Parts: sequence; C-alpha cells; structure tokens
Amino acid sequence: MTTRYTEDHEWITVDGDIATVGITAYAAGQLGDVVFVELPEVGKSLSKGDEFAVVESVKAASEVYAPVDGEITAINDALESEPAKVNEDATGDGWFVKIKLADASQLDGLMDEAAYTAHTA
Amino acid sequence: MRYLPHTDTDRKAMLDAIGVASIDELFTDVPEAARLDGLIDLPTKQTELQVERAMAAMSSRNVAASQAPFFVGAGAYKHHVPATVDHLIQRSEFLTAYTPYQPEISQGTLQTLFEFQTQVALLTGMDVANASMYDGSTACAEAVMMAARVTRRTKAVMAGSVHPHYVEASQTLAKYSDVSISVTDAAPADLDAVIAEIDDTTACVVIQTPDIFGRLHDLREVSRIAHEKGALVIAVFTEAVSLGLVEAPGNMGADIAVGEGQSIGVGLNFGGPYVGLFACKDDRRFIRQMPGRLAGETIDADGRRGYVLTLSTREQHIRRDKATSNICTNAGLCSLAWTIHMTLLGEKGLTQLARLNHETACELADALSAVPGVELVNETFFNEFTILLPKKADQVVNDLARFGVLGGVPASRLYPGRFENYLIVAATETNTPEDIAVFAKALAGVL
Repeated sequence: MTTRYTEDHEWITVDGDIATVGITAYAAGQLGDVVFVELPEVGKSLSKGDEFAVVESVKAASEVYAPVDGEITAINDALESEPAKVNEDATGDGWFVKIKLADASQLDGLMDEAAYTAHTA
Repeated sequence: MRYLPHTDTDRKAMLDAIGVASIDELFTDVPEAARLDGLIDLPTKQTELQVERAMAAMSSRNVAASQAPFFVGAGAYKHHVPATVDHLIQRSEFLTAYTPYQPEISQGTLQTLFEFQTQVALLTGMDVANASMYDGSTACAEAVMMAARVTRRTKAVMAGSVHPHYVEASQTLAKYSDVSISVTDAAPADLDAVIAEIDDTTACVVIQTPDIFGRLHDLREVSRIAHEKGALVIAVFTEAVSLGLVEAPGNMGADIAVGEGQSIGVGLNFGGPYVGLFACKDDRRFIRQMPGRLAGETIDADGRRGYVLTLSTREQHIRRDKATSNICTNAGLCSLAWTIHMTLLGEKGLTQLARLNHETACELADALSAVPGVELVNETFFNEFTILLPKKADQVVNDLARFGVLGGVPASRLYPGRFENYLIVAATETNTPEDIAVFAKALAGVL
C-alpha cells in the first residue's frame, strides 16, 4: 500500500485498484474541531480535481477535492454522527470515501510523504 | 452626522488622483443605451412647503386601503396592527438594529430572533425556523433550491394554484441553476395533476394552502406519495393568519413550510417590506441546507443562557459562492413586528382572530352569492375565495372602484388571458357588516 498527498491536503492510500481518501491530520488541525462532513453518493464518478465532499469546522467550511479520477465505491457513514473522527484519526477512522481508480498512473503525479511534509513545513 | 457636499475642487482632485477626466468616464462599462443623456426633467429646487403641497396633491390621488370598503388579498392582507407594535419597534435599540454581523454582542436582537423562530416553528408545525427571509415568494424559491440540494435531484413540481408571483420568483432563482420547474395547470383538481407529475427524479412538490383562489388543501395524500418517491413536500401559505385555524403544514406531512408573514404585525406598506417565514423538519440533512440566518440558544462559560448565530458556515460571508443561499440577512424590523404582534395575540388570540376572519369571509360569501349572476367557486376557503361573474372581472373591479369599493383581484391579472370572469376576494377582521353590504349592493349595481 502506498500513500500519496495532494497540495490541497487530501491523502490517498491505494490497495489494489481501490483507494481510500481523506484529509490530512495537518488539514484537520488547521480547520479546528470538525462538526460536519458532507459526503457524496456511492456510485458517483469523479474526475481529478472535482469537489466531492465538504468538511465543516467551527470556524470554516472547505471543499475536498478528488486526487484522482475514479468512481466512489464506499463512503464513511460514521462521520455523519461522529465528525470528530476526522480530528482524532485523520488517516484512519476519519477516512472520507473509497474510490475505484480509473488510472493508477495519476498517483505518480502526487506527493509522497517526504514531499508533503516539506509542503506543509 | 454633518452633510458635507463635495466642491468642484474636491471632485477634480479625486478625478485627477485616479486619472480620469470626468465622472461620466466611470460609467463607460454601462451600455450607452442604458445611460441617461441628460438630467431628468425635475425642478432643481423647491421649498419644503412646496414639496409638501406637491406630495399631498399626488398622494390624494390614491385611494388608501383604510379609506374604502377593501376586499383585496391575493397575497397581501389588510389586518389590524395594534399600536403597541409600532410603539415597540420604534424603540431605538430595535429600530436601528440591522441583522447582526458581529452578532453575539447584540443579545437582545438575537433573543428576539430566537423567539421569532420559535413562534414560526410552532405555527407551521415544524421543528426549526430561520430568522426570516425577504418575503413569501423568495422564501418559496429558496425552499425549492433547498429541496434540490437535499435530494440531489433537479426537478421541482409546483401546483398551478401556487401564487403566480411565487412561481415566477422560483423560476427566476432557478434559471441559472440545474433546477427545472414544471408548473401544473391551475385547474380545479390540480393536486391530482401534481401527484401525476411525481416520479423518482422529483426533488420536491410545492403546494399552497389556502391557494391563490382561496381553496384549502389536505396535504396528507400528496405527502405520502411524494415521500414514497423520495421527494420533499413544500407547503406554501400567503395568509399566515390562516394557521390559527387550519391544520399546520407540519402536521400534514410537509417537510418545508414557507410563506408570507405580512398579515401579522406588518401591514400592507404599498407592497413591502414584508417578512418571509421559513421552517422545516428536524432532519440533519435539512438544517445544513437551510438558507438564511439561524439564531440559537446556548450557555456561556459560566453556564448562563445566551444566544448565538449558529451554523454560519452555510452562509455567504463565510462560504462565498458555495453558500446555501445568497441571503445572509433577514427582514429584521418586520420579523420583530411579527413577533411582537404574535406575542400580543398569544395562541388563543390568534385562534380568535382567525375565526373572526373566517366568519367575516362566510358573511361576505353569503352576501355576494346572493347577487344575481354571481357564483361562489370555492368548496372550501379561509378568509378568501373566488367568485365567477357574468362579465369580465377586471371591468367589474374598475366599475366597483367608481362606487368607492376596492373589490378584489381579477384572476386574469395573475393568469393573463385566463379566468377572465373570476374575481378573488378577501375579507378580514377589518371588514364591517356595512362594508359587506356596500360591496354586495355595488356589485349588483355594476353587473
């Protein structure tokens, strides 16, 4: 499994042709306490850069963008009742959606962990 | 505040600073055809006394609603507003308060908004209400857009008996969105027509009760069918007083209730400003998608009760183009007047007022149907109904005006080219038995 990062602070971890996507701990920290996450419908197809979710904290609301092309295969329903999971475990229980990859080569254009750490430094 | 007009020297200095030769150059973006090419033909100056005379002469050409037997409704109703309302809203703390942008320092304003919301929710049988919209028509349009966001569908079905101005406002707001609105024919059985239009792609159905012709609708059946198809039901009302007597939309399955609040506390005001009421059920999906401002009650660090604006992240000043609506204000003073009037009435008073309205309308219906050639169209009504005349209603209204009676709204004014012999008439607690007798006599005279 590899994890990649976008400049807009999404993470994407790939297992086979299914990728799990969320926002980074850094982004969650910047937003503050997350109070609501609006997720898309399963089955929706995305192009890289599409807005697919909205994350709302006590001080701001922000769009979350698709890191790659693909189709939504699952959403993290638990966030509806427990949005705080995004703050508590951004890269674990706080995941947003699972996407079936349309083009795995798009991952090459994203940052690895070292590059993302440098990006947020 | 002092008024300090700019001198020619001031103007020149400012124009020089930004590098343009004349003020007109600042307007070059406006197409030439849309610009005036000279001054409007108005007197350059008049004394205060001359202005008073001119304005008084002009206003005397109006027949004010209070000067004649008045039976005009169709979305705006003449009710008595107690003097207490005007007195209280003119207190400077209230009169000068605009919708709060640094809200929490204005606890009194927020508390009145919270009371307003509570009353709107109770009146409509809903769980949550916002701090008001501009008026009933924009509240209706916003409800359609909200339903589309909630359901992620784009088709709205509006009954043809929804006030045509509300339909137009909704179509205007929807024009540059994905939402398409189909309007059923304003025929008598239009609820059946609405039901026939509901399918799996329908975001919402919009039904007004009492409708533009004054007819009451039971929303239970249409709600059941709409919900089966995953569509929301938006209930519209133009006469808020009716809710003192008829079943609240929230108790008939409606998901969103919107309407005009003008009847309570506001007055006719030449058509505005009015106050839009907006309420919905307590569903997490709904509340996030509501337009407008929401005042909430909370406790401070010491456990004391306080008020806040809540869920502001939906709003335009934070969310910009992604906001749930471009309304990030409310009809502050009118909503205050509404709340004060409603508080003065209380539940019992509102019910009595509604009963009085209905009784007066029943007397009017009896008197008008007794006029030869006049037929009462409605099987049900609250304080407004439609009559069928043996000739064109717009002509009849003009003729009645010559008898000093303001006798209602010809349906053809709302549906151009249709319903030409139909007249929509309203009665409220302000109409006396003498008014009704004068109307019936004048109507018999002009037919």
